[in-house]
Amino acid sequence: MHTTVLLILILPLALAAFNGLMGLFVPAYRKNEWLIGGLGTLAVAIPFVLTVKLFLGFHGEAEVVHFFTWMAAGDLQIEFAYRIDQLSLVMTLVVTGVGALIHLYSIGYMHGDSGYWRFFAYLNLFIFAMLNLVLAENLLVLFLGWEGVGLCSYLLIGFWYTDLKNSAAANKAFIVNRIGDFAFLLAMFVIFAVVTGKTDGAFGLDFTTLLAPETLGLFGAGTLLAVALLFFVGATGKSAQIPLFVWLPDAMAGPTPVSALIHAATMVTSGLYLLARLSPMVLMAPTAMTIIAIVGALTAIMAATIAITQNDIKRVLAYSTVSQLGYMFLAAGVGAYFVAIFHVMTHAFFKACLFLGSGSVIHGMHEVEHELEHKGFLGSHGKSEEEDPLMAVELPYEGKFDAQDMRTMGGLKRFMPLTRWTFLIATLAIAGIPPLAGFFSKDEILFKAFELGYNGHVWSYFVWIIGLVTAVLTAIYMTRAYLLTFEGTPRWPDAMDTKPHESPWTMTVPLVVLAALSVVGGFVGLPAVLGGSEIHHFLVHDGHGPVAEPHHEFHVPVAIEWGLLFLGLAIAAGGVLFAWFVIRWGSRGPEADTSVKRFFGPLYGTFSRKYSVDEIYQKWVVNPVVNSARKIFAPFDESAVDGAVNGVAKLVQGIALRLRGIQTGVVQHYALALVLGVVVVLALMLLG
Amino acid sequence: MELALNWYLSLSAVLFVIGVLGVLLRRNAIVIFLSIELMLNAANLALVAFSQTFGDVNGQVLVFFVMSVAAAEVAVGLAIIIALFRNKETVNVNEINLFRG
Repeated sequence: MHTTVLLILILPLALAAFNGLMGLFVPAYRKNEWLIGGLGTLAVAIPFVLTVKLFLGFHGEAEVVHFFTWMAAGDLQIEFAYRIDQLSLVMTLVVTGVGALIHLYSIGYMHGDSGYWRFFAYLNLFIFAMLNLVLAENLLVLFLGWEGVGLCSYLLIGFWYTDLKNSAAANKAFIVNRIGDFAFLLAMFVIFAVVTGKTDGAFGLDFTTLLAPETLGLFGAGTLLAVALLFFVGATGKSAQIPLFVWLPDAMAGPTPVSALIHAATMVTSGLYLLARLSPMVLMAPTAMTIIAIVGALTAIMAATIAITQNDIKRVLAYSTVSQLGYMFLAAGVGAYFVAIFHVMTHAFFKACLFLGSGSVIHGMHEVEHELEHKGFLGSHGKSEEEDPLMAVELPYEGKFDAQDMRTMGGLKRFMPLTRWTFLIATLAIAGIPPLAGFFSKDEILFKAFELGYNGHVWSYFVWIIGLVTAVLTAIYMTRAYLLTFEGTPRWPDAMDTKPHESPWTMTVPLVVLAALSVVGGFVGLPAVLGGSEIHHFLVHDGHGPVAEPHHEFHVPVAIEWGLLFLGLAIAAGGVLFAWFVIRWGSRGPEADTSVKRFFGPLYGTFSRKYSVDEIYQKWVVNPVVNSARKIFAPFDESAVDGAVNGVAKLVQGIALRLRGIQTGVVQHYALALVLGVVVVLALMLLG
Repeated sequence: MELALNWYLSLSAVLFVIGVLGVLLRRNAIVIFLSIELMLNAANLALVAFSQTFGDVNGQVLVFFVMSVAAAEVAVGLAIIIALFRNKETVNVNEINLFRG
């Protein structure tokens, strides 16, 4: 056990260091793409195999693996310890499994990039940090991972840092996350202040002590609410919820495998993991739960309405991720933590598949772009289109050719069949078509929201309805993305002679595996009427597992449960069919957006402007901070702080200038001082 | 006849004070130097007087030490004064104020 956990953790770290240092100091090493990529992939694949071994040998008893004491000071004793239980095993399986596939995919996707070694070093470091996060036994080690994934996210968003836009996106992600991290820290301080000194022995913020009923009893209702909300604010930063979701869409500036791994499958779900891990605590703060559910629901619908208006394929997926994360928080808020984790898992499968599929599409479209440039259609090699008007081509939108814009795509199914099928499966999965994975997890979330409403919490019905509307929107915008990309006719210039090709096997194999998981992944969480949820049994374990759940007095009648199941099916299928056959994005192309515009009227503008959240933050947060820095703090620094420092120096100088007069340089004056000193001492001796 | 210890000590004190005043008041570096020698010898006189009165030779041994150190000091001191004179063309200590702050 000890060795296995050590290996799981140390392999990604060691290979990150190896690839990073070799790449940094041995320029010849950077050319060995297969070696770098192979080692990087193995560093995640081997931990995956080891985790599977742990998982198969797991008997329902949580185990804590101690390595060493990190710090000890008075009542605080932080251990470097890791926890193997149902929850951390599920998360580790997802992180290493999906992570290994994405590493494999990156071998092909990053081919030819000058920062190949750097990419794999960062990616492995990310896996290490993420494993720290999900395996940690105490809050501080978890926080170490929490910050680690934030750092890697920053490094990878700004991977192509020569473009200022990417660096700005990286900074945005980092700074917005700081707000959440600050709340996380405060929550830890509050917990430490409440608990320390009241338990046997030193307290190390460890989950075993913290989540024991007697420890939780130490908290007052107000303190619990504060702690739960602070952790939730921390989670809104990392998991991109209102109000801190703005960084995630911009984070798409990073390479696509990064979007798939960090900004869809793993890191952004760490907020959910945190809430699930602390579920016994959060459950005791019902007000916090309500807030979490409502924020989640609002985020879900807000991001879904934005996603329907976006043209950049990765941005659609980014907003879709925000929306699905909203679903998960909705689930957490209605007390269905195990469903949140279930949705984390299924979402990791289909969203990673979608992102990797979009990466494959972008890969193909880049090929088209290069070919068009070569033929002179795009006026590259320093010649702009104005200088060479004869060669300029009509694009379906204003501006430059953009390999990520769905308006230039269309008809890709002929050129990239594997990508198309996997993308279609993942699209249907996220839309919630049975028996694909998304249907079961999403349906369970909605059912849990309904169940809570049924048990007398009327606000939960409101959340449930928002969830239903979001489900329709999800089906529509994802079908739109699929149709615009793969169906219809090609819309890029010179489409008759310029054709993209299917991606290499390293990229398609992960797609196929993830698509397969998107198909079967849902069966671990069947609804009660269809035989009961395996993952519920595993995680909750009749109240002995790591994930707590509220007690419901009333059970929803079986008939209603069946009804809700069919309602979910109808909504998902209705959305997909509506987008496919009524709005017809496939045959009409981007033109079809006008139908949506007409339907939403003036609201459409609000959606496509992303509710102007960035602008509002710019106006009410960023500008005031910058202005007050310029107008108050800069003068304060220059006059008060610098003044104090310079003043002390001037004072010393002034005193010294006067004192130096004593030093006349005449030896006899010194001698006189000496003699006078002797006389004084003698006088004191004789008189005293 | 034996003179009382007080007489020796008084002479020593007078000589010492003359030396001190010479160091403090005279401007010529060579005279200051002579005054320092005078102080040393005043101290020697006191040492010898004590030695004779108490019958302890240690005092006289110490005098020899003082004499040899004084000889060495004379050699170094005169060299310094010569060097100073070469630099400044004067032995007036009022005009030598290299230490001024």
